[in-house]
Amino acid sequence: MSIKDKVGSARSLWMDADGPDADIVVSSRVRVARNLTAIPFPHLLDLEKSREVTAKIRKAIENTEASELIGNLELTELGELTPLERQLLVDKHLISPDLLNDFQAKAVAIRQDEAVSVMVNEEDHLRIQCLLSGLQLKEAWEIVNKVDDGLEKTLDYAFSEKLGYLTSCPTNVGTGMRASVMLHLTGLKITNQIGGVFHAIGKLGLTVRGLYGEGTEAASDLFQISNQITLGQSEEELVNNLTSITRQILTQERASRKSLYIDRREFIEDRVYRAYGILKNARILTLEEAMRLFSDLRLGIGLKIILGIHDKLLNVLMVEASPAFLMKMAGRELSSHQMDVYRADLIRNEFEKAEK
Amino acid sequence: MQCERCNERPATVHLTEITNGQKQETHLCEVCAKEIQLQGFGLLPQMNLHNFLAGLLNYEFNGSKFGQQEAGVKACAKCGVAESQFVKKGLLGCGDCYPCFEEKLQPLLRRIHGNTRHTGKVPERTGGNARLLKEIENMKRKLTEAVSREEFELAAELRDTVRQLEKRLEEGGEA
Ligand SMILES: [Zn+2]
Ligand SMILES: [Zn+2]
Repeated sequence: MSIKDKVGSARSLWMDADGPDADIVVSSRVRVARNLTAIPFPHLLDLEKSREVTAKIRKAIENTEASELIGNLELTELGELTPLERQLLVDKHLISPDLLNDFQAKAVAIRQDEAVSVMVNEEDHLRIQCLLSGLQLKEAWEIVNKVDDGLEKTLDYAFSEKLGYLTSCPTNVGTGMRASVMLHLTGLKITNQIGGVFHAIGKLGLTVRGLYGEGTEAASDLFQISNQITLGQSEEELVNNLTSITRQILTQERASRKSLYIDRREFIEDRVYRAYGILKNARILTLEEAMRLFSDLRLGIGLKIILGIHDKLLNVLMVEASPAFLMKMAGRELSSHQMDVYRADLIRNEFEKAEK
Repeated sequence: MQCERCNERPATVHLTEITNGQKQETHLCEVCAKEIQLQGFGLLPQMNLHNFLAGLLNYEFNGSKFGQQEAGVKACAKCGVAESQFVKKGLLGCGDCYPCFEEKLQPLLRRIHGNTRHTGKVPERTGGNARLLKEIENMKRKLTEAVSREEFELAAELRDTVRQLEKRLEEGGEA
Protein backbone atom coordinates (compact mmCIF):
# COMPACT_ATOMS: atom_id res chain seq x y z
CA MET A 1 0.00 0.00 0.00
CA SER A 2 1.47 3.35 -0.96
CA ILE A 3 1.59 6.46 1.20
CA LYS A 4 -1.09 7.92 -1.04
CA ASP A 5 -3.44 5.08 -0.05
CA LYS A 6 -2.48 5.36 3.58
CA VAL A 7 -3.55 8.94 3.96
CA GLY A 8 -7.00 7.89 2.78
CA SER A 9 -7.55 6.01 6.03
CA ALA A 10 -7.60 7.73 9.38
CA ARG A 11 -6.29 4.71 11.23
CA SER A 12 -2.74 4.37 12.52
CA LEU A 13 -1.45 1.80 14.98
CA TRP A 14 -1.18 4.32 17.84
CA MET A 15 -4.92 5.00 17.65
CA ASP A 16 -5.90 1.45 18.54
CA ALA A 17 -5.92 2.41 22.22
CA ASP A 18 -4.78 -1.08 23.17
CA GLY A 19 -1.54 -0.06 24.89
CA PRO A 20 -1.09 -0.10 28.68
CA ASP A 21 -3.05 2.68 30.43
CA ALA A 22 -4.34 3.92 27.09
CA ASP A 23 -7.42 5.37 28.81
CA ILE A 24 -5.17 8.16 30.11
CA VAL A 25 -1.95 7.92 28.10
CA VAL A 26 -3.21 8.56 24.58
CA SER A 27 0.16 7.94 22.95
CA SER A 28 3.89 7.51 23.52
CA ARG A 29 6.35 8.91 21.05
CA VAL A 30 10.11 8.61 20.68
CA ARG A 31 12.11 10.32 17.99
CA VAL A 32 15.83 10.63 17.36
CA ALA A 33 17.67 13.14 15.18
CA ARG A 34 20.54 12.01 12.97
CA ASN A 35 22.74 13.72 10.40
CA LEU A 36 25.07 12.42 7.73
CA THR A 37 28.78 13.22 7.97
CA ALA A 38 30.40 15.64 5.55
CA ILE A 39 27.10 17.14 4.40
CA PRO A 40 25.87 20.48 5.77
CA PHE A 41 22.64 20.39 7.77
CA PRO A 42 19.37 20.67 5.75
CA HIS A 43 18.80 24.41 6.23
CA LEU A 44 21.99 25.06 4.23
CA LEU A 45 21.15 22.75 1.33
CA ASP A 46 19.64 23.77 -1.98
CA LEU A 47 17.05 21.58 -3.67
CA GLU A 48 19.57 19.55 -5.59
CA LYS A 49 21.71 18.78 -2.55
CA SER A 50 18.62 17.97 -0.49
CA ARG A 51 17.59 15.45 -3.11
CA GLU A 52 21.03 13.87 -2.93
CA VAL A 53 20.49 13.37 0.80
CA THR A 54 17.08 11.84 0.09
CA ALA A 55 18.64 9.51 -2.48
CA LYS A 56 21.26 8.35 0.05
CA ILE A 57 18.63 7.68 2.65
CA ARG A 58 16.41 5.90 0.13
CA LYS A 59 19.31 3.59 -0.62
CA ALA A 60 19.88 2.89 3.06
CA ILE A 61 16.19 2.13 3.58
CA GLU A 62 16.08 -0.21 0.62
CA ASN A 63 19.26 -2.03 1.65
CA THR A 64 18.08 -5.65 1.83
CA GLU A 65 20.65 -6.62 4.46
CA ALA A 66 19.12 -4.17 6.90
CA SER A 67 15.49 -4.84 6.08
CA GLU A 68 15.02 -7.06 9.10
CA LEU A 69 15.94 -4.16 11.39
CA ILE A 70 14.24 -1.41 9.44
CA GLY A 71 11.07 -3.20 8.47
CA ASN A 72 9.05 -2.39 5.42
CA LEU A 73 9.43 1.35 4.94
CA GLU A 74 8.29 3.19 1.88
CA LEU A 75 9.86 6.53 1.04
CA THR A 76 7.93 9.27 -0.72
CA GLU A 77 9.02 12.77 -1.61
CA LEU A 78 6.55 15.29 -0.26
CA GLY A 79 6.43 16.95 -3.65
CA GLU A 80 4.72 13.83 -5.02
CA LEU A 81 1.76 14.35 -2.73
CA THR A 82 -1.10 16.83 -3.02
CA PRO A 83 -1.34 19.63 -0.41
CA LEU A 84 -4.32 17.82 1.11
CA GLU A 85 -2.39 14.55 1.37
CA ARG A 86 0.51 16.33 3.02
CA GLN A 87 -1.85 17.90 5.56
CA LEU A 88 -3.38 14.51 6.29
CA LEU A 89 0.06 13.15 7.21
CA VAL A 90 0.38 15.98 9.72
CA ASP A 91 -3.08 15.31 11.13
CA LYS A 92 -2.18 11.66 11.60
CA HIS A 93 0.96 12.73 13.52
CA LEU A 94 3.18 10.98 11.00
CA ILE A 95 5.09 14.10 9.97
CA SER A 96 5.74 17.42 11.65
CA PRO A 97 4.17 20.64 10.37
CA ASP A 98 7.75 21.81 9.77
CA LEU A 99 8.07 19.29 6.98
CA LEU A 100 5.45 21.20 4.99
CA ASN A 101 7.65 24.28 4.65
CA ASP A 102 9.84 24.07 1.60
CA PHE A 103 8.33 20.62 1.01
CA GLN A 104 9.99 19.99 -2.36
CA ALA A 105 13.24 19.27 -0.55
CA LYS A 106 11.69 16.82 1.88
CA ALA A 107 10.63 13.22 2.07
CA VAL A 108 9.08 10.76 4.48
CA ALA A 109 9.23 7.00 4.86
CA ILE A 110 6.39 5.31 6.68
CA ARG A 111 6.10 1.74 7.89
CA GLN A 112 3.08 -0.29 6.86
CA ASP A 113 1.38 -0.07 10.28
CA GLU A 114 2.30 3.62 10.55
CA ALA A 115 4.02 3.12 13.89
CA VAL A 116 7.35 4.22 12.39
CA SER A 117 8.03 7.22 10.24
CA VAL A 118 11.35 8.61 9.06
CA MET A 119 11.41 12.26 8.08
CA VAL A 120 14.09 13.39 5.67
CA ASN A 121 15.53 16.92 5.61
CA GLU A 122 13.52 18.34 8.45
CA GLU A 123 15.73 20.29 10.86
CA ASP A 124 18.14 17.35 10.65
CA HIS A 125 18.82 14.97 7.76
CA LEU A 126 16.95 12.21 9.56
CA ARG A 127 14.28 12.15 12.19
CA ILE A 128 13.27 8.62 13.12
CA GLN A 129 10.03 8.43 15.04
CA CYS A 130 7.91 5.72 16.62
CA LEU A 131 4.41 6.38 17.88
CA LEU A 132 2.55 3.80 19.97
CA SER A 133 -0.67 3.62 21.93
CA GLY A 134 -0.62 3.95 25.73
CA LEU A 135 2.47 4.09 27.93
CA GLN A 136 5.07 2.30 25.80
CA LEU A 137 8.09 4.57 25.74
CA LYS A 138 10.52 1.72 26.23
CA GLU A 139 8.97 -0.25 23.39
CA ALA A 140 8.98 2.82 21.15
CA TRP A 141 12.66 3.44 21.88
CA GLU A 142 13.52 -0.19 21.12
CA ILE A 143 11.82 0.08 17.75
CA VAL A 144 13.52 3.39 16.93
CA ASN A 145 16.85 1.92 18.06
CA LYS A 146 16.49 -0.99 15.65
CA VAL A 147 15.54 1.18 12.69
CA ASP A 148 18.49 3.42 13.55
CA ASP A 149 20.83 0.39 13.62
CA GLY A 150 19.46 -0.69 10.27
CA LEU A 151 20.00 2.69 8.63
CA GLU A 152 23.46 2.97 10.14
CA LYS A 153 24.52 -0.21 8.37
CA THR A 154 25.14 1.93 5.31
CA LEU A 155 24.95 5.56 6.47
CA ASP A 156 27.79 7.45 8.18
CA TYR A 157 26.33 9.54 10.98
CA ALA A 158 27.78 12.80 12.22
CA PHE A 159 28.95 11.81 15.70
CA SER A 160 31.46 13.07 18.22
CA GLU A 161 32.89 10.93 21.02
CA LYS A 162 32.31 13.75 23.42
CA LEU A 163 29.04 15.27 22.26
CA GLY A 164 27.30 12.28 20.73
CA TYR A 165 25.05 12.66 17.71
CA LEU A 166 25.54 16.10 16.19
CA THR A 167 22.36 17.99 15.38
CA SER A 168 21.47 21.28 13.71
CA CYS A 169 20.20 22.71 16.96
CA PRO A 170 22.37 22.30 20.07
CA THR A 171 19.21 21.63 22.10
CA ASN A 172 19.11 18.15 20.51
CA VAL A 173 22.79 17.18 20.59
CA GLY A 174 23.85 14.00 22.40
CA THR A 175 21.23 11.31 22.11
CA GLY A 176 19.23 13.43 19.66
CA MET A 177 16.27 11.91 21.43
CA ARG A 178 12.95 13.46 22.32
CA ALA A 179 10.54 11.15 24.12
CA SER A 180 7.03 12.29 24.92
CA VAL A 181 3.68 11.15 26.22
CA MET A 182 0.29 12.64 25.51
CA LEU A 183 -1.88 12.53 28.61
CA HIS A 184 -5.59 13.03 29.08
CA LEU A 185 -5.84 14.56 32.55
CA THR A 186 -9.46 15.55 33.07
CA GLY A 187 -9.53 14.55 36.73
CA LEU A 188 -6.54 16.64 37.75
CA LYS A 189 -7.87 19.52 35.72
CA ILE A 190 -11.38 19.52 37.20
CA THR A 191 -9.98 19.26 40.71
CA ASN A 192 -7.50 22.09 40.04
CA GLN A 193 -4.51 19.96 40.93
CA ILE A 194 -2.84 20.18 37.58
CA GLY A 195 -0.76 23.29 38.30
CA GLY A 196 0.85 21.72 41.35
CA VAL A 197 1.62 18.47 39.58
CA PHE A 198 3.28 20.26 36.68
CA HIS A 199 5.17 22.62 38.87
CA ALA A 200 6.88 19.62 40.42
CA ILE A 201 7.78 17.88 37.16
CA GLY A 202 8.93 21.09 35.51
CA LYS A 203 11.99 20.89 37.72
CA LEU A 204 13.12 17.48 36.58
CA GLY A 205 14.54 18.22 33.14
CA LEU A 206 11.17 17.71 31.53
CA THR A 207 8.87 20.00 29.61
CA VAL A 208 5.10 20.06 30.07
CA ARG A 209 2.75 21.57 27.55
CA GLY A 210 -0.92 22.34 27.69
CA LEU A 211 -3.46 24.72 26.22
CA TYR A 212 -5.35 27.04 28.50
CA GLY A 213 -7.91 29.75 27.93
CA GLU A 214 -10.80 31.52 29.59
CA GLY A 215 -14.16 30.71 28.07
CA THR A 216 -12.72 29.08 25.01
CA GLU A 217 -13.29 25.62 23.67
CA ALA A 218 -9.78 25.37 22.32
CA ALA A 219 -8.47 24.72 25.81
CA SER A 220 -8.26 21.00 26.41
CA ASP A 221 -7.48 18.28 28.88
CA LEU A 222 -4.64 16.95 26.79
CA PHE A 223 -1.12 17.55 28.05
CA GLN A 224 2.24 16.59 26.69
CA ILE A 225 5.33 15.79 28.72
CA SER A 226 8.72 15.39 27.10
CA ASN A 227 12.38 15.28 28.04
CA GLN A 228 14.19 18.56 27.71
CA ILE A 229 17.73 17.29 28.19
CA THR A 230 19.40 15.24 25.45
CA LEU A 231 23.03 15.36 26.54
CA GLY A 232 24.56 13.55 29.49
CA GLN A 233 21.91 10.90 29.99
CA SER A 234 21.56 7.67 28.07
CA GLU A 235 18.47 6.89 26.02
CA GLU A 236 17.42 4.28 28.57
CA GLU A 237 17.78 6.74 31.44
CA LEU A 238 15.70 9.34 29.60
CA VAL A 239 12.99 6.81 28.81
CA ASN A 240 12.94 5.35 32.32
CA ASN A 241 12.79 8.78 33.90
CA LEU A 242 9.86 9.90 31.77
CA THR A 243 8.09 6.57 32.25
CA SER A 244 8.31 6.73 36.03
CA ILE A 245 7.12 10.34 36.13
CA THR A 246 4.21 9.39 33.87
CA ARG A 247 3.33 6.51 36.23
CA GLN A 248 3.22 8.95 39.16
CA ILE A 249 0.93 11.28 37.27
CA LEU A 250 -1.24 8.33 36.23
CA THR A 251 -1.68 7.37 39.87
CA GLN A 252 -2.66 10.92 40.78
CA GLU A 253 -5.06 11.18 37.84
CA ARG A 254 -6.75 7.89 38.75
CA ALA A 255 -7.08 8.96 42.37
CA SER A 256 -8.61 12.29 41.43
CA ARG A 257 -11.06 10.63 39.03
CA LYS A 258 -12.09 8.18 41.68
CA SER A 259 -12.70 10.81 44.31
CA LEU A 260 -14.54 12.97 41.81
CA TYR A 261 -16.78 10.10 40.94
CA ILE A 262 -17.51 9.44 44.59
CA ASP A 263 -17.95 13.05 45.70
CA ARG A 264 -19.58 14.53 42.64
CA ARG A 265 -21.17 11.63 40.85
CA GLU A 266 -24.11 13.51 39.29
CA PHE A 267 -21.83 16.27 38.09
CA ILE A 268 -19.51 13.81 36.32
CA GLU A 269 -22.31 11.66 34.92
CA ASP A 270 -24.13 14.71 33.68
CA ARG A 271 -21.04 15.97 31.92
CA VAL A 272 -20.34 12.62 30.29
CA TYR A 273 -23.93 11.91 29.22
CA ARG A 274 -24.35 15.44 27.85
CA ALA A 275 -21.28 14.93 25.68
CA TYR A 276 -22.55 11.55 24.57
CA GLY A 277 -26.01 12.94 23.81
CA ILE A 278 -24.72 15.83 21.73
CA LEU A 279 -22.23 13.74 19.78
CA LYS A 280 -24.97 11.22 18.95
CA ASN A 281 -27.55 13.79 17.94
CA ALA A 282 -26.02 17.07 16.84
CA ARG A 283 -26.49 18.23 13.24
CA ILE A 284 -23.76 20.90 13.31
CA LEU A 285 -20.47 20.43 15.17
CA THR A 286 -17.42 22.69 15.13
CA LEU A 287 -14.06 21.06 15.59
CA GLU A 288 -13.55 22.78 18.96
CA GLU A 289 -16.87 21.54 20.28
CA ALA A 290 -16.27 18.02 19.01
CA MET A 291 -12.85 17.93 20.68
CA ARG A 292 -14.23 19.07 24.01
CA LEU A 293 -17.04 16.52 23.86
CA PHE A 294 -14.61 13.73 22.95
CA SER A 295 -12.60 14.70 25.99
CA ASP A 296 -15.65 14.44 28.27
CA LEU A 297 -16.67 11.17 26.69
CA ARG A 298 -13.16 9.80 27.12
CA LEU A 299 -13.52 10.44 30.83
CA GLY A 300 -16.84 8.55 30.79
CA ILE A 301 -15.25 5.59 29.03
CA GLY A 302 -12.37 5.59 31.52
CA LEU A 303 -14.79 5.61 34.47
CA LYS A 304 -16.88 2.88 32.79
CA ILE A 305 -19.96 5.10 32.72
CA ILE A 306 -20.16 4.56 28.97
CA LEU A 307 -19.61 0.99 27.92
CA GLY A 308 -20.41 0.64 24.22
CA ILE A 309 -17.75 3.05 22.95
CA HIS A 310 -14.01 2.37 22.83
CA ASP A 311 -11.20 4.95 23.04
CA LYS A 312 -10.07 3.74 19.64
CA LEU A 313 -13.16 5.21 18.01
CA LEU A 314 -12.44 8.58 19.62
CA ASN A 315 -8.80 8.52 18.47
CA VAL A 316 -9.87 7.83 14.91
CA LEU A 317 -12.65 10.40 15.03
CA MET A 318 -10.25 13.03 16.35
CA VAL A 319 -8.31 12.67 13.13
CA GLU A 320 -11.33 12.23 10.88
CA ALA A 321 -12.96 15.37 12.29
CA SER A 322 -10.09 17.53 11.01
CA PRO A 323 -10.80 19.79 8.04
CA ALA A 324 -8.30 18.04 5.75
CA PHE A 325 -9.81 14.67 6.43
CA LEU A 326 -13.39 15.78 5.98
CA MET A 327 -12.50 17.25 2.61
CA LYS A 328 -10.69 14.09 1.63
CA MET A 329 -13.79 12.05 2.50
CA ALA A 330 -16.16 14.47 0.86
CA GLY A 331 -13.95 14.57 -2.21
CA ARG A 332 -14.45 18.30 -2.60
CA GLU A 333 -13.83 21.68 -1.01
CA LEU A 334 -16.16 22.38 1.91
CA SER A 335 -17.17 25.72 3.36
CA SER A 336 -16.77 26.01 7.09
CA HIS A 337 -20.50 25.51 7.63
CA GLN A 338 -20.61 22.50 5.31
CA MET A 339 -17.67 21.13 7.20
CA ASP A 340 -19.49 21.39 10.55
CA VAL A 341 -22.50 19.61 9.09
CA TYR A 342 -20.36 16.91 7.48
CA ARG A 343 -18.50 16.42 10.76
CA ALA A 344 -21.72 16.00 12.76
CA ASP A 345 -23.03 13.48 10.20
CA LEU A 346 -19.82 11.50 10.29
CA ILE A 347 -19.70 11.34 14.08
CA ARG A 348 -23.39 10.44 14.36
CA ASN A 349 -22.97 7.62 11.86
CA GLU A 350 -19.90 6.24 13.58
CA PHE A 351 -21.65 6.20 16.95
CA GLU A 352 -24.68 4.46 15.46
CA LYS A 353 -22.40 1.83 13.96
CA ALA A 354 -20.53 1.37 17.23
CA GLU A 355 -23.72 0.86 19.22
CA LYS A 356 -25.04 -1.88 16.99
CA MET B 1 -2.93 40.77 21.65
CA GLN B 2 -2.12 39.12 18.32
CA CYS B 3 -1.54 35.41 17.90
CA GLU B 4 2.20 34.71 18.09
CA ARG B 5 2.00 31.95 15.53
CA CYS B 6 0.06 33.45 12.62
CA ASN B 7 0.24 37.13 13.58
CA GLU B 8 -3.23 37.48 12.10
CA ARG B 9 -5.96 36.80 14.61
CA PRO B 10 -6.43 37.89 18.22
CA ALA B 11 -4.93 35.57 20.83
CA THR B 12 -7.42 34.00 23.23
CA VAL B 13 -5.67 30.78 24.23
CA HIS B 14 -2.27 30.28 25.72
CA LEU B 15 0.06 27.40 25.30
CA THR B 16 1.89 26.93 28.56
CA GLU B 17 5.25 25.24 28.64
CA ILE B 18 7.05 24.56 31.87
CA THR B 19 10.71 23.61 31.70
CA ASN B 20 13.02 23.46 34.70
CA GLY B 21 10.41 25.26 36.74
CA GLN B 22 10.34 28.11 34.22
CA LYS B 23 6.95 28.85 32.78
CA GLN B 24 6.62 30.21 29.31
CA GLU B 25 3.42 31.18 27.57
CA THR B 26 2.76 31.44 23.88
CA HIS B 27 -0.36 33.38 23.03
CA LEU B 28 -2.42 31.82 20.30
CA CYS B 29 -5.65 32.37 18.41
CA GLU B 30 -8.38 29.70 18.44
CA VAL B 31 -7.41 28.48 14.98
CA CYS B 32 -3.74 27.99 15.76
CA ALA B 33 -4.50 26.46 19.14
CA LYS B 34 -6.81 23.98 17.49
CA GLU B 35 -4.19 23.06 14.91
CA ILE B 36 -1.54 22.56 17.55
CA GLN B 37 -3.86 20.35 19.54
CA LEU B 38 -4.81 18.34 16.47
CA GLN B 39 -1.19 17.79 15.66
CA GLY B 40 -0.69 16.46 19.13
CA PHE B 41 1.87 19.09 20.24
CA GLY B 42 4.53 16.51 19.79
CA LEU B 43 5.92 17.66 16.54
CA LEU B 44 5.67 21.33 17.34
CA PRO B 45 8.87 23.15 16.74
CA GLN B 46 10.29 23.37 20.22
CA MET B 47 9.15 26.93 20.69
CA ASN B 48 10.23 27.12 24.22
CA LEU B 49 13.64 25.62 23.57
CA HIS B 50 14.27 27.86 20.63
CA ASN B 51 13.36 30.96 22.63
CA PHE B 52 15.37 29.70 25.54
CA LEU B 53 18.29 29.13 23.21
CA ALA B 54 18.00 32.55 21.60
CA GLY B 55 18.29 34.15 25.03
CA LEU B 56 21.33 32.08 25.94
CA LEU B 57 22.97 32.66 22.61
CA ASN B 58 22.72 36.38 22.94
CA TYR B 59 24.25 36.12 26.36
CA GLU B 60 27.08 33.73 25.49
CA PHE B 61 27.99 35.13 22.13
CA ASN B 62 27.20 38.79 22.40
CA GLY B 63 27.40 39.29 26.12
CA SER B 64 30.09 40.95 28.12
CA LYS B 65 32.70 38.34 27.32
CA PHE B 66 32.68 38.81 23.59
CA GLY B 67 32.22 41.98 21.62
CA GLN B 68 29.36 42.08 19.18
CA GLN B 69 31.69 42.83 16.32
CA GLU B 70 33.90 39.90 17.00
CA ALA B 71 30.85 37.64 17.04
CA GLY B 72 30.17 38.31 13.39
CA VAL B 73 33.65 37.49 12.19
CA LYS B 74 34.29 33.90 13.08
CA ALA B 75 32.91 31.30 10.68
CA CYS B 76 33.04 27.51 10.32
CA ALA B 77 35.80 26.52 7.91
CA LYS B 78 33.74 23.66 6.54
CA CYS B 79 30.27 25.06 5.91
CA GLY B 80 30.90 28.80 6.20
CA VAL B 81 28.22 29.44 8.81
CA ALA B 82 29.23 32.49 10.81
CA GLU B 83 28.71 32.94 14.51
CA SER B 84 26.29 35.75 13.84
CA GLN B 85 24.14 33.42 11.67
CA PHE B 86 24.11 30.81 14.39
CA VAL B 87 23.13 33.36 17.01
CA LYS B 88 20.29 34.58 14.81
CA LYS B 89 18.84 31.23 13.74
CA GLY B 90 19.89 28.96 16.60
CA LEU B 91 21.03 26.40 14.05
CA LEU B 92 24.56 25.25 13.34
CA GLY B 93 25.65 24.54 9.77
CA CYS B 94 27.39 21.18 9.95
CA GLY B 95 29.05 18.70 12.30
CA ASP B 96 32.31 20.63 12.11
CA CYS B 97 30.64 23.71 13.59
CA TYR B 98 30.76 21.96 16.96
CA PRO B 99 34.57 21.82 17.28
CA CYS B 100 34.81 25.15 15.50
CA PHE B 101 32.61 27.00 18.00
CA GLU B 102 33.48 24.69 20.88
CA GLU B 103 34.74 27.36 23.23
CA LYS B 104 31.42 29.16 23.23
CA LEU B 105 29.19 26.14 22.76
CA GLN B 106 30.55 24.52 25.90
CA PRO B 107 28.95 26.92 28.41
CA LEU B 108 25.81 26.98 26.28
CA LEU B 109 25.47 23.19 26.37
CA ARG B 110 26.05 23.21 30.10
CA ARG B 111 23.18 25.63 30.52
CA ILE B 112 20.81 23.71 28.25
CA HIS B 113 21.61 20.18 29.37
CA GLY B 114 23.45 20.65 32.65
CA ASN B 115 26.12 18.52 31.03
CA THR B 116 28.67 18.49 28.23
CA ARG B 117 29.37 14.80 27.76
CA HIS B 118 27.38 12.22 25.80
CA THR B 119 26.77 8.94 27.62
CA GLY B 120 24.20 7.32 25.34
CA LYS B 121 24.20 5.25 22.18
CA VAL B 122 27.29 5.08 19.99
CA PRO B 123 27.01 4.30 16.28
CA GLU B 124 29.01 1.38 14.98
CA ARG B 125 30.50 3.05 11.91
CA THR B 126 31.39 6.53 13.08
CA GLY B 127 31.57 5.97 16.82
CA GLY B 128 35.39 6.00 16.87
CA ASN B 129 36.73 5.00 20.26
CA ALA B 130 33.51 5.90 22.02
CA ARG B 131 32.24 2.35 21.82
CA LEU B 132 35.46 0.94 23.22
CA LEU B 133 35.62 3.54 25.98
CA LYS B 134 32.06 2.81 26.92
CA GLU B 135 32.75 -0.90 27.05
CA ILE B 136 35.82 -0.38 29.22
CA GLU B 137 33.84 1.76 31.62
CA ASN B 138 31.12 -0.86 31.69
CA MET B 139 33.57 -3.68 32.45
CA LYS B 140 35.26 -1.63 35.16
CA ARG B 141 31.93 -1.10 36.84
CA LYS B 142 31.21 -4.82 36.70
CA LEU B 143 34.65 -5.47 38.09
CA THR B 144 34.06 -3.22 41.10
CA GLU B 145 30.73 -4.95 41.69
CA ALA B 146 32.33 -8.38 41.47
CA VAL B 147 35.02 -7.39 43.97
CA SER B 148 32.46 -6.01 46.40
CA ARG B 149 30.54 -9.29 46.18
CA GLU B 150 33.84 -11.11 46.72
CA GLU B 151 33.47 -13.01 43.46
CA PHE B 152 37.19 -13.06 42.84
CA GLU B 153 37.21 -15.54 39.99
CA LEU B 154 34.82 -13.38 37.99
CA ALA B 155 36.78 -10.30 38.98
CA ALA B 156 39.99 -11.79 37.60
CA GLU B 157 38.27 -12.54 34.31
CA LEU B 158 36.90 -9.04 34.10
CA ARG B 159 40.28 -7.54 34.87
CA ASP B 160 41.75 -9.44 31.93
CA THR B 161 38.99 -8.20 29.67
CA VAL B 162 39.58 -4.61 30.75
CA ARG B 163 43.30 -4.99 30.04
CA GLN B 164 42.64 -6.42 26.60
CA LEU B 165 40.24 -3.61 25.76
CA GLU B 166 42.68 -0.99 26.98
CA LYS B 167 45.39 -2.52 24.86
CA ARG B 168 43.14 -2.36 21.85
CA LEU B 169 42.51 1.29 22.60
CA GLU B 170 46.24 2.02 22.77
CA GLU B 171 46.84 0.23 19.50
CA GLY B 172 44.58 2.67 17.72
CA GLY B 173 41.39 1.02 18.80
CA GLU B 174 39.03 -0.30 16.23
CA ALA B 175 35.91 -1.01 18.18
ZN1 LIG C 1 -2.97 32.16 15.06
ZN1 LIG D 1 29.99 24.12 9.93
